[in-house]
Amino acid sequence: MTQPLLRVDNLKVHFPVFKGAVFQHEVATVRAVDGVSFTLARGETLGLVGESGCGKSTTGLAAIRMLTPTSGRIEFEGQDISTLDKTQMQPLRRRMQMVYQDPYGSLNPRMKVRDIISEPLEVHGLAGERRARAEKIAQLMQAVGLLPDMADRYPHEFSGGQRQRIGIARALALEPSLIVCDEPVSALDVSIQAQVVNVFVDLQQRLGLAYLFIAHDLAVVRHVSNRIAVMYLGRIVEIAPRDEIYRTPLHPYTQALLAAVPVADPEVERARKRVTISGEIPSAMNPPSGCRFHTRCPHAFARCRTDDPPLVGMGSGRAAACHLHAAP
Amino acid sequence: MTQAVTIESPTATEGATARIAPQPLLSVRGLTTRFRTERGTVAAVDDVSFDVAVGETLAIVGESGSGKSVTALSILRLIPDPPGRIERGQILFGGQDLLKLTDAEMRGLRGNRIAMIFQEPMSSLNPALTVGMQVGEPINQHRRMPWSGALAKARELLGAVRMSDVEARARAYPHQFSGGMRQRAMIAMALACEPQLIIADEPTTALDVTVQAQILDLLKDLAQGVHSALILITHDLGVVARYADRVVVMYAGRVVESAPARQLYAQPRHPYTRGLMASVPRLDGDTGKRLVPIEGQPPNLAALPVGCAFAARCPQAVDACRSARPPLREIGPQHQVACILES
Ligand SMILES: Nc1ncnc2c1ncn2[C@@H]1O[C@H](COP(=O)(O)OP(=O)(O)OP(=O)(O)O)[C@@H](O)[C@H]1O
Ligand SMILES: Nc1ncnc2c1ncn2[C@@H]1O[C@H](COP(=O)(O)OP(=O)(O)OP(=O)(O)O)[C@@H](O)[C@H]1O
Ligand SMILES: [Mg+2]
Ligand SMILES: [Mg+2]
Repeated sequence: MTQPLLRVDNLKVHFPVFKGAVFQHEVATVRAVDGVSFTLARGETLGLVGESGCGKSTTGLAAIRMLTPTSGRIEFEGQDISTLDKTQMQPLRRRMQMVYQDPYGSLNPRMKVRDIISEPLEVHGLAGERRARAEKIAQLMQAVGLLPDMADRYPHEFSGGQRQRIGIARALALEPSLIVCDEPVSALDVSIQAQVVNVFVDLQQRLGLAYLFIAHDLAVVRHVSNRIAVMYLGRIVEIAPRDEIYRTPLHPYTQALLAAVPVADPEVERARKRVTISGEIPSAMNPPSGCRFHTRCPHAFARCRTDDPPLVGMGSGRAAACHLHAAP
Repeated sequence: MTQAVTIESPTATEGATARIAPQPLLSVRGLTTRFRTERGTVAAVDDVSFDVAVGETLAIVGESGSGKSVTALSILRLIPDPPGRIERGQILFGGQDLLKLTDAEMRGLRGNRIAMIFQEPMSSLNPALTVGMQVGEPINQHRRMPWSGALAKARELLGAVRMSDVEARARAYPHQFSGGMRQRAMIAMALACEPQLIIADEPTTALDVTVQAQILDLLKDLAQGVHSALILITHDLGVVARYADRVVVMYAGRVVESAPARQLYAQPRHPYTRGLMASVPRLDGDTGKRLVPIEGQPPNLAALPVGCAFAARCPQAVDACRSARPPLREIGPQHQVACILES
């Protein structure tokens, strides 16, 4: 097998929790990411879904070293980057970029679009002479479906969807091989969402980009991903090729997630039996013993309360962490 | 004084004088809100009217920039002036025009009888205050509850919006929360004083579908109470299908269609509504196919055409569409549409 673009192995990111107004002392640890492993091939999209607060953004940030992991190994293009410092990361930065959820907050309102897009080029000393630079900006804007003559406008003069495309153009400026997309379309209305999703898909086909695509909308994730990883409380509980996970979800949490997706049809919704997972959302500071999902799992049995199920391969690129699907 | 507006509870009048159609909890009439910008004055909300009945969930959908949030902010009188101004209209809440209240009366109402869940949680939370303090503040302020009680109530509310470790979370600051946790903190804040009208602006965009379902079930439950109602602003047509009783569709600052939810999905009549329905990716859809966005750009509000604002992107547009703004007309029971091709 060829080497993956990104390999994340047993990644852990823990945040300290402090108490006390003046003399703060650490009282607990949020185990935001607690043993996550996956690989991402060149040109591939891995969708990352899961409950709010389960560690998706933290995983994405750590994978491109916008955060320092507590432990674990991150290999990018074969190089271990998990312990590199800021200066060592600098030459690698341009090959890994991030697109954020918030198209409003992530663009500097006082900069013209032209400067926003070319800023990363300046930072990396790749801006070149004026004409080449202007041409490059025009190309990037065209690539994401913006008119180059909009370059002299400010972000507030654009709609949400256009602003999101400015963010994508900026991420593309350095010709990265990996983009972490953290809910890139959640803030957009459906018709603009469709435009932006098409931009992502086209760019991938043209430039061979790989995406780690974090989103809550399972229909969007299904549309863009080759494989999908489902996270629960700091762990990946299931990972599988796209069609398999939607057709035959194995982990009970994946099943619950898919069953909760609202359908854009009131007749279907009224006729439908609603299955929501009940139970308290467990603590990320003090996760449940055994399987972390057992407190809410409709199929939990004795072993689930004591033994932590490992993520085991099921063949054809699938893996699940569930005693119901473990070899006896 | 918070007593300025009183809502007749429907149960109080039931029996003797029943059978009169219940007065809507909220009635918006001819609302027009403008902003002065460098590119000219724009009518972000232009002659918008709708009602919200007691117990009802009304969804407002529409393209980015179509005026949904400005409508909500106008109801709460939170339009920044300058550059904005509510120029015309009435906002009747329990029969009283909110546009006529004094600022002090409005402050007594906001976060109390009418609460809003804002679209951008990060910019609506105070980064320097713990989340518990922020959720407890309206209770302390409007209900005059001492801080110890308000904080206890705040923890209860954080639990109600499905937060775990509430003790520790209440002491944490917004930057220590994930995107979805911030959004839930905002929701807890809005629920603090048990408001009659909740206006939720994209309340669950940062939440996964299971937590989303729990939160929306909670909001819907509160809205079905005898005195209350919910306005749900969202672009998720699945959420609208599940929760809304009625839907208002906005485009370029105007209402282009309004109908009971089932009616709207079964027979969307405005070409924009139909385009919206077609651009939704479906779980059972064909993954190989490209999504179908509505072609073209949203209109520039500072330079709207004379005719229908959607005409430039409308696959059915005829010449007459470009000569005059189509009025909103009744085309069936509770079904209104602003399109000359529909009658
Ligand atoms: N800077 C921080 N300090 C303390 N805790 C943090 C910090 N950043 C994240 N956390 C915690 O880590 C956990 C995971 O957060 P993360 O943002 O990765 O979740 P997420 O899966 O992206 O959730 P969402 O879908 O709500 O965005 C949460 O419990 C969060 O409170
Ligand atoms: N403070 C402001 N100054 C100038 N224009 C504004 C201001 N606030 C809103 N607008 C304009 O009013 C119009 C309506 O904006 P609004 O925020 O209501 O859109 P929306 O329908 O909520 O869109 P979205 O789905 O993106 O949230 C937009 O064209 C916007 O640019
Ligand atoms: Mg996140
Ligand atoms: Mg809005």
